[in-house]
Amino acid sequence: MQKPERSKSIFRFAAPQMFYPLAGKLAPWFAGISAVLAAAGLWLGFFVAPTDAVQGDVYRVIYIHVAAAWMSMFVYLVMAFWSFVGLVMNTRLSFIMSQALAPTGAMFCFVALWTGALWGKPTWGAYWVWDARLTSQLLLLFLYLGFMALTRAIEDPRRADKAGAIIALVGAVNVPIIYFSVKWWNTLHQGASVSLNKAPSMATTMLTGMLVMALAAWAYTIAVTLWRVRSLILERERHTDWVAAELNALEGKI
Amino acid sequence: MSRALGPFTAVLGRDLLLAWRGRADVLVTLAFFVVVVCLFPFGVGAEPNQLRAIAPGVLWVAALLSTLLSLHRLFAQDHADGTLEQLLLTPEPTVLWVVAKISAHWIATGLPLVVVAPGLALLFDVEQGALGVLILSLALGTPILALLGAVGAALTLGLRGGGMLLALLVLPLFVPVLIFGAGAVDAYLSGVGAQAHLLLLGGGLLATLALAPLACAAALRIAVE
Repeated sequence: MQKPERSKSIFRFAAPQMFYPLAGKLAPWFAGISAVLAAAGLWLGFFVAPTDAVQGDVYRVIYIHVAAAWMSMFVYLVMAFWSFVGLVMNTRLSFIMSQALAPTGAMFCFVALWTGALWGKPTWGAYWVWDARLTSQLLLLFLYLGFMALTRAIEDPRRADKAGAIIALVGAVNVPIIYFSVKWWNTLHQGASVSLNKAPSMATTMLTGMLVMALAAWAYTIAVTLWRVRSLILERERHTDWVAAELNALEGKI
Repeated sequence: MSRALGPFTAVLGRDLLLAWRGRADVLVTLAFFVVVVCLFPFGVGAEPNQLRAIAPGVLWVAALLSTLLSLHRLFAQDHADGTLEQLLLTPEPTVLWVVAKISAHWIATGLPLVVVAPGLALLFDVEQGALGVLILSLALGTPILALLGAVGAALTLGLRGGGMLLALLVLPLFVPVLIFGAGAVDAYLSGVGAQAHLLLLGGGLLATLALAPLACAAALRIAVE
């Protein structure tokens, strides 16, 4: 068997066998960072930050909502990036990365919609408004679900990888188009009744709390994705000797 | 010129002939369109003002759904009998005959919708002037649906439950077309003028015509790999 350890290039981690232990080392660190940041952010958000003059305590949902919404959009871009890398360089790990990212992106998308609805009821008087932001977020969730459904419906992993990469890229091209179409559609008809842009300028503690929560969401995404990548690697490489050895070692620990 | 377009016209002619021989399939798609449109007055009530207000949206959603219904046929038969592999093995550029197949599919399933839609719009008491805008918006929009849908059809080729999956994949992508298509008629009716919407649809058609066949060709290669 070859010994890929000899290569010193960073690209050696493109081999699943090399990435697996690295992901295992990094994931707990990011999980720890995420837990600390989330605790700090929630403490800042729920206990330190002042009550909003206009909205009262309802506004505090933004500490979860904004981080989730940012993350849901960013994760799709990262997913499209890895899909592109996978198609161009034909690296298996890139496809595994984009498939590991999708469930987390969909989860954040759902959290953003759900917390948005909970915030909308007392503030706007409705759980759902056909506002541009809400609508494009909903469609983003459908794009995630479509990607996940497609990659899981195809049994041959190589075909699943490439088909998923194509739909991720098609979706990435369409996301801005969808965003602007729903924006124009909305403003043409109703006029902008509610806009998140026009929120009163924030107190510093509020902004800090929000940014800390956003960083916590980043760390969480990285940790969960790395763990999911590890499982996917074990599943894909189950016919190899090193996975058999790894699984034996794991069984020994239990 | 004619040499370069040889594979295009050959595939176009073949697919149109096949569509003509299997007229029943094409007519079912059209019948579905008509039936769905006719269901709305039963569902929302036959109040003329309300019907006039929802007509563009109803016609567009129905057109979108019947397009979706016919999409799986685009490559399925060629995939089943091996024609697709033979086409991929030919030295002709894949994108060229993919565009030919999509064009033939649109002529067989999209064009009849464009022709029938104004007649259905009359059932909703849409005024005469808006009919022209409706025809234009459908003529520009349904080819976009066919092009985008072709990518989804190629990706789900030969999968179990491919039909439902295809709907999940392409419906979010169809939303901009729906917004600008139905919006064109609405804008005309409200006196704003439909030009902006129609130009956006035209731009969208050119963009999808440039990009979608490439993605579709790549997806077909993956499907038969």
